[in-house]
Amino acid sequence: MAVQATKLGIDELKEMATRLRRHIVNMTTAAGSGHPSSSMSAVEVVTALYFGGFLRIDSQNPTDPDRDRFVLSKGHAVPVLYAAMAESGYFSVEETLTLRKLGSPLEGHPNMRRLAGIEASTGSLGQGLSIGLGQALGQRLDGRDSRVFVMTGDGEMGEGQVWEALAAAGKYRTANLTLIVDQNGYQQTGAAKDVLDQTPFAERIAPFGWHTQTINGNDMEEVLAALETATGVTDRPTAIVSETKKGFGILPVMEEAGDMNFHGKPLSPELAEKALKLLV
Amino acid sequence: MQIGEASGLKIGQATRDAFGRALEALGANYPEVVVVDGDVGNSTRTEWFAKAFPDRAFNVGIAESNMVSVAGGLAAAGKTPVVASFACFLLCNAFDQIRMSVAFPGLNVKLVGSHAGISIGEDGPSQMGIEDVGLACSMPGVSVIVPADAVSTRLATEAMLKHNGPTYLRLGRPDVAEIYDDNCKFEIGKSIRVREGGDVTIIANGLMLAVALDAATQLEKDGVSARVIDMHTVKPLDEDAIVEAARETGGIVVAEEHLAAGGLGSAVATVTSQTTPVPMEFVNVGDVYAESGDAAGLLEKYGLTSQAIVEAVQRVKQR
Repeated sequence: MAVQATKLGIDELKEMATRLRRHIVNMTTAAGSGHPSSSMSAVEVVTALYFGGFLRIDSQNPTDPDRDRFVLSKGHAVPVLYAAMAESGYFSVEETLTLRKLGSPLEGHPNMRRLAGIEASTGSLGQGLSIGLGQALGQRLDGRDSRVFVMTGDGEMGEGQVWEALAAAGKYRTANLTLIVDQNGYQQTGAAKDVLDQTPFAERIAPFGWHTQTINGNDMEEVLAALETATGVTDRPTAIVSETKKGFGILPVMEEAGDMNFHGKPLSPELAEKALKLLV
Repeated sequence: MQIGEASGLKIGQATRDAFGRALEALGANYPEVVVVDGDVGNSTRTEWFAKAFPDRAFNVGIAESNMVSVAGGLAAAGKTPVVASFACFLLCNAFDQIRMSVAFPGLNVKLVGSHAGISIGEDGPSQMGIEDVGLACSMPGVSVIVPADAVSTRLATEAMLKHNGPTYLRLGRPDVAEIYDDNCKFEIGKSIRVREGGDVTIIANGLMLAVALDAATQLEKDGVSARVIDMHTVKPLDEDAIVEAARETGGIVVAEEHLAAGGLGSAVATVTSQTTPVPMEFVNVGDVYAESGDAAGLLEKYGLTSQAIVEAVQRVKQR
């Protein structure tokens, strides 16, 4: 395979995670809308995928058929994806400030038709794992050694389609498919366990024929180890239940604002300033 | 009397059978084609392809949502997925998956809906796809094809595989009249004038094309020369043929096995109202769900007959 993954050391990865968080704050506050807290929980996993030696991608050749894929099924968290893509060279960091603005390809949810490097157009929850399964089957059929990573939210697991995809991937034993459930504990109107409790995820996913792990998804070392384990499994699809905190990295600011969910709203310029002081 | 008999046509294959045989035959020449099935392959006839190319066929079970999005993923990986189910389950159950995993990203997925219309008969309204054309046409960039017989279905199947973009192919369950011979030229978006005529035009597709030909045969006896157009592609629509028909014949009847809303009639009327307003009438299922029964009886009861078309022509001519 010609496409290589970027692999930074652990300290650099932690620095990169902080950088992505700063980009998330800056772009959503500039946009005046968006989902910064939903993006923050996923930062360690996305950082590890893009810079920890896992995603074999080339921003200068984004359609290389041998590339790995990352499908962000929880499309509202796209600021974390744009932040990683900017740092990977798909576009400049400055361009992330055009988020959600008329004419910008950095739309409010991922649009693969307008932005190279986006692997699926998402935003209607529940479809990403199926799309990733299709990509994994297609790559395997072509004999390509490429891998598909899909990230869903925990609230998103309420969509029945995710469970259809879990069953089908189990049937086809797509070992080149990895699901990461970003279990940040909240969804739009409240705590996930109150809205529709679907836990324990690992225990429910495993019987479909999946390898499962449950980790602290805001701990870079744990994330790296889990991805290493997952990519080493060769006989079945793999799931990482990534227990995270919604808004991880800016929790004191959310506490000050009195909203530990902070769903679907940007930080005010004042709160953003406070957040950026935390993110150093 | 069977549909097409009055026009001297013989009953041939069902369009789903013609599609299934065509897909099986084309599989070797189109190595990127794969099939995604929701466990109805023996009804949609994709099972013939699946038997010939087992590695390229995926039965994901009774899960239409996953089925369609998996097809989107396969297309994103460079495959040409053909995803088939009953028209109603494909379009109605998985509409959002078609919207988000196929149409919005513009992926090269071939959506095939069998058992369209009320002519499926005894299984009843829950199995009848009569909203499907409207739903498919509502999505930007999706081509919508409704072939009338076996020969044109075979050609439509290959045209669909050659075309790069989301496409919906609508198929029926019963055996239907043979309208075309092997000289048929099929092009997506280009209608076929099946019968010449100067007094009125009947625009039809699917099963209703043969019904339209029967009506034209009857009308000829009554001294009315009816042009019959096979509007096999509802989107993109052959606007030139519609404008020409309106100008040259002064009236149009549109016949289709679909609800009144959103189908071929709506599409044709949109063109004529903006270009060449002429008297128009519509023969379709109307605004009701049908019921169980034999196909011929259903078509009769719900007004999808050559007599209904003849009467519609008479109304057009009176205006």
